Amino acid sequence: MLEVKGLRKVYRTGTREVEALRDLTFTVENGDLVCLVGPSGCGKTTLLRCVSGLLDPTSGDVRVDGKAVDGPPPGMAVVFQEYGRSLFPWMNVRDNVELPLKQKKVAKARRAELVEQSLDAVGLTGSESAYPWQLSGGMQQRVAIARAVAYEPQTLLMDEPFAAVDAQTRADLEDLVRQLWKRLGVTILFVTHDIDESVYLGQRVVMLSSSPTVVQDELIIDLPEARDQLTTRADPAFIALRTRVYEQIQAAKRNAGQ
Amino acid sequence: MTTARRGSSVQAGNPVLLGVAGLAGLLLILELVPRLGLVDEKYLPPTSTIAAALADEAGDPAFWTALSDTLVAWAIGLAIAVGAGVLAGLVIGSVPVLRALTASTIEFLRPIPSVALIPLAVLMFGTAIESTLLLVVYASFWQVLVQVLYGVADVDPVAFETARSFRFSAWARIRHVLWPTALPYVFTGVRLAASVALVLAITAELVIGSPGLGQAIAVAQSSDAVPTMYALVVVTGILGVLINLLARTGERRLLAWHQSVRGEVTV
Repeated sequence: MLEVKGLRKVYRTGTREVEALRDLTFTVENGDLVCLVGPSGCGKTTLLRCVSGLLDPTSGDVRVDGKAVDGPPPGMAVVFQEYGRSLFPWMNVRDNVELPLKQKKVAKARRAELVEQSLDAVGLTGSESAYPWQLSGGMQQRVAIARAVAYEPQTLLMDEPFAAVDAQTRADLEDLVRQLWKRLGVTILFVTHDIDESVYLGQRVVMLSSSPTVVQDELIIDLPEARDQLTTRADPAFIALRTRVYEQIQAAKRNAGQ
Repeated sequence: MTTARRGSSVQAGNPVLLGVAGLAGLLLILELVPRLGLVDEKYLPPTSTIAAALADEAGDPAFWTALSDTLVAWAIGLAIAVGAGVLAGLVIGSVPVLRALTASTIEFLRPIPSVALIPLAVLMFGTAIESTLLLVVYASFWQVLVQVLYGVADVDPVAFETARSFRFSAWARIRHVLWPTALPYVFTGVRLAASVALVLAITAELVIGSPGLGQAIAVAQSSDAVPTMYALVVVTGILGVLINLLARTGERRLLAWHQSVRGEVTV
């Protein structure tokens, strides 16, 4: 279980203080897929960096299975938005996926197995020897996802992973995330600014206010488990849910404006 | 695009062929100018005379000893400078406090021309090879250090955070993120240092008289063997070209992944 309690982050530069996160509390049960959605500039990335242990919060805490996070915890993998900068251009696809496993001291035979399985899972079999920069943006993000999946994390954090790919690729990658989530039973915290994406993907959507950020609202997405880009998105229930989320985000922006 | 390229190639021709033609033209002019009496043959012997002197040198074991002395001083000096520059660059570059502490000192020491250290070199080592090494190392070290510092500063924060999020050890972050990022800069530094090292090796031999091609040039000059002197100068020029060629080839091999080498990739 991932618990975020009273999380607050204030950036200090000289005498200036910027309160990015004010008070965030939410939990993600093991095996859940929760989407965090908020207006742009609401500190989503700050939150994700605090959760992944890359950034120390000013106060409050993050716990994974009861253990406080004070650095990148084991069993967690992050997929960043900037796939082009997150993959190492000096390594081919196979080495990119394998390197974290080497660091995790996974035995060689098992590493080869994991690399093959994960690349197969994201539909990149046959691209092992290509360099990331020889692939399209969508394929590069698939490599980053394969790298995270091969790591066999209990928790997968995704920071607006599809913000920089085109709409069609994004739809494919959304389905890939749902499919991997169901198959692996991994806990996913998916950060996005895209309201439709959050409703389409999540079991639950946590809406954030504008900065300084608090949790604006939470919504259970009671859509059928099997989702489809065409039918789910046309489902009146989907439309009602996305309207709810949209209203809340608008309300959050209005409150910030006052 | 194709037509444009074809058009320009008609204008430019084969660059290698043109380069060779240009060089042949220069050699011809250098042959003719003294032959026609435009310049005193004593100061500028014709190309053919220099070539003959070069052939003579090639048959003289003393020449090969001088050449190997120069190359040994160059190689050892460069190796020390690169080793020390890379190590110091990685350490200073990855510790912000050290970077701030050393910035002004580096900016002060770096511009000191290596040749200003000749008196010191003579005091310390006389005409031994160490004199040459001191100058070569001093001049090349800064070239490498400064480039490595730039390289380390160029590390992509996303790549670094990726490594951290996968719990890479400090060593693994250096080995797999810092080092590959800095490598193109290291190569630039090594290429610059390799040329500078040759300049300083020859200078030291010429001025101090430590063994090598520089000293041979000085001896040829003082014994009025002008064609031999030119022949030796030509040899140093060829060395410079070969060193640059070697550095560039190494760069292309090892940095095939880098955007400066890989060129445009169409996806």
